[in-house]
Amino acid sequence: MREVATTIGILGAGRVGTALARRAVAAGYDVQVATAKPAAEIALLLEIMVPGARADEAEAVIAASDIVILALPLSKYRALRPELFTGKVVVDAMNYWAPTDGVIPVFEGARSSSEVVQDHLTGAQLVRSFNHMGYHEIDEAARPAGDPHRRALALAGDDAQARDLVAGFIDRIGFDPVDAGPLAASRGFATGGPIFGASLGRSEMQKRLQEAEFAA
Amino acid sequence: MELGIYSFGDVQRDAATGELGSTAQATRNLLEAIKLADEVGLDFFGIGEHHTREMPASAATVVLGAAASVTKQIKLGSAVTVLSTDDPVRVYQQFATLDALSNGRAEITAGRGSSTESFPLFGHSLNDYDELFAEKLDLLLDINESETVTWKGKHRPALNEALVVPRPDSGKLPIWLATGGNPQSSVRAGLLGLPISYAIIGGQAARFAPLAELYRRAGAQAQITASELKISVASPGFVAEDASKAKEQFWTHWHAVMETIGKIRGFAPPPRHHYDMEASGAGALFAGDPEEIARRIVTLHGQIGHMRQFFQMDVGHLPQKDFLRSIELLGTRVKPLVDAELAAKQAA
Ligand SMILES: NC(=O)c1ccc[n+]([C@@H]2O[C@H](COP(=O)([O-])OP(=O)(O)OC[C@H]3O[C@@H](n4cnc5c(N)ncnc54)[C@H](OP(=O)(O)O)[C@@H]3O)[C@@H](O)[C@H]2O)c1
Repeated sequence: MREVATTIGILGAGRVGTALARRAVAAGYDVQVATAKPAAEIALLLEIMVPGARADEAEAVIAASDIVILALPLSKYRALRPELFTGKVVVDAMNYWAPTDGVIPVFEGARSSSEVVQDHLTGAQLVRSFNHMGYHEIDEAARPAGDPHRRALALAGDDAQARDLVAGFIDRIGFDPVDAGPLAASRGFATGGPIFGASLGRSEMQKRLQEAEFAA
Repeated sequence: MELGIYSFGDVQRDAATGELGSTAQATRNLLEAIKLADEVGLDFFGIGEHHTREMPASAATVVLGAAASVTKQIKLGSAVTVLSTDDPVRVYQQFATLDALSNGRAEITAGRGSSTESFPLFGHSLNDYDELFAEKLDLLLDINESETVTWKGKHRPALNEALVVPRPDSGKLPIWLATGGNPQSSVRAGLLGLPISYAIIGGQAARFAPLAELYRRAGAQAQITASELKISVASPGFVAEDASKAKEQFWTHWHAVMETIGKIRGFAPPPRHHYDMEASGAGALFAGDPEEIARRIVTLHGQIGHMRQFFQMDVGHLPQKDFLRSIELLGTRVKPLVDAELAAKQAA
């Protein structure tokens, strides 16, 4: 694993995928994006929505990236081929919320949806983040380090090195990373939880996660 | 530039008791609002399909049909029809009937709908969310092309040279595609040559400018003539004589509705400072006095080039009298200002 990421791969060219891609390009990363469709189908979309990012097939994007971000509907997670993710740092930005996504039994338990995704992508170092922030805020709320209004993004994952790598990415695209510890702690990031959709700085977010006893 | 209103049939509270009013009264209130919107010269009134106690506008075409007979020029449409859980044949028949009764003023806006109550109500699975919409849009567009339809899909029985009537005098109904900002929807609308309706309900309104460009570029790629690539914008809004009073009052009602939505979607309602950001300058909430709202519409027009903007005013139990006053101000004060400003810009 690299100590600092330079290449970012994003799966999903929807609202979240394009917003993260824009932030990553703006921060100087080499950014590639893939969907389930052929790369040619999102070329125009990227040219206009994320100038500077390139479209490619998922397999190539995953192979070329230090960090792979999952920004597809959670209901499609089984379409991801685990063998492509072996040894990869993968950020899960997806959410489960039955009232709008429909009931998917495997996500109905007490575990966080990211733990289920980690089970599927066995060889990956999964880190959950970005899921609790609205997509347009990823664009609009980014601030340079030290800005008093800088917002926090929580992250959780079982591999400390992977967390550090992702924390570095979060910081560089304009947010304060709040490391909540192991992947199980990401239960506190979910829809309906204490930080979901809330606009919080670093200390307030730490406090809320601790109060809810989700942080390490 | 066309201006208009959209509503989900918000139920008001009784001023004396604070009790939630009846859904029947809310339905009559809606008709009253459409009639006034027509009288004050507004161009469009849309009803958005909802199925809740607080927003009971579940049968848009019935209300619009009644409105057709008491209005003269206003266009009448959905905003949106949750096409995924409806039958495109039935949707088409209803809007074509409305079109006949209103002498060509009917429009359909098809969307996936961000409220999902209609899925269990009509026996559809949310797991088919994308597929249902794609398939039903395909059928709806086929029906608009010709009065006999042969079609096959997964979620509805096949049609074999089925006759779908009545037909609009103009040949076709305007069918808009509604989207909340997924870039692939802009590409889809452009490639299909459908007019697109952006729901701008939070964040910086100007972030839709690249989406509008994407839509036009996709349309050009599919060789759609530029005049067919129309854009409309739907946003929350409220107009009163005094800007700070307008913002203050709309805050109460907007906050109430965000609280309700937040409960369903699992987030806490946004705090006041968030609202203040949204309701001023470049945000998505158009609450203010007529001059400010006119200025903001014109600014957005410069960024997006939309041909219509319409506002959801009756949210969170806004009293009917304030709703009506806001409609009146939009027609009598905002619209002339916008027209004058755009004419001046064009002359310059
Ligand atoms: N909207 C928000 O504010 C928000 C905020 C935080 C997190 N989230 C989460 O982020 C995820 C994406 O949300 P969104 O709003 O961006 O959705 P969206 O706009 O619907 O975009 C989803 C994207 O995923 C792609 N996709 C579908 N299946 C795929 C596959 N097998 N491999 C690669 N790409 C695939 C889709 O393209 P194709 O179908 O063409 O492949 C599309 O580009 C969801 O899990 C959501 O819960 C959303």
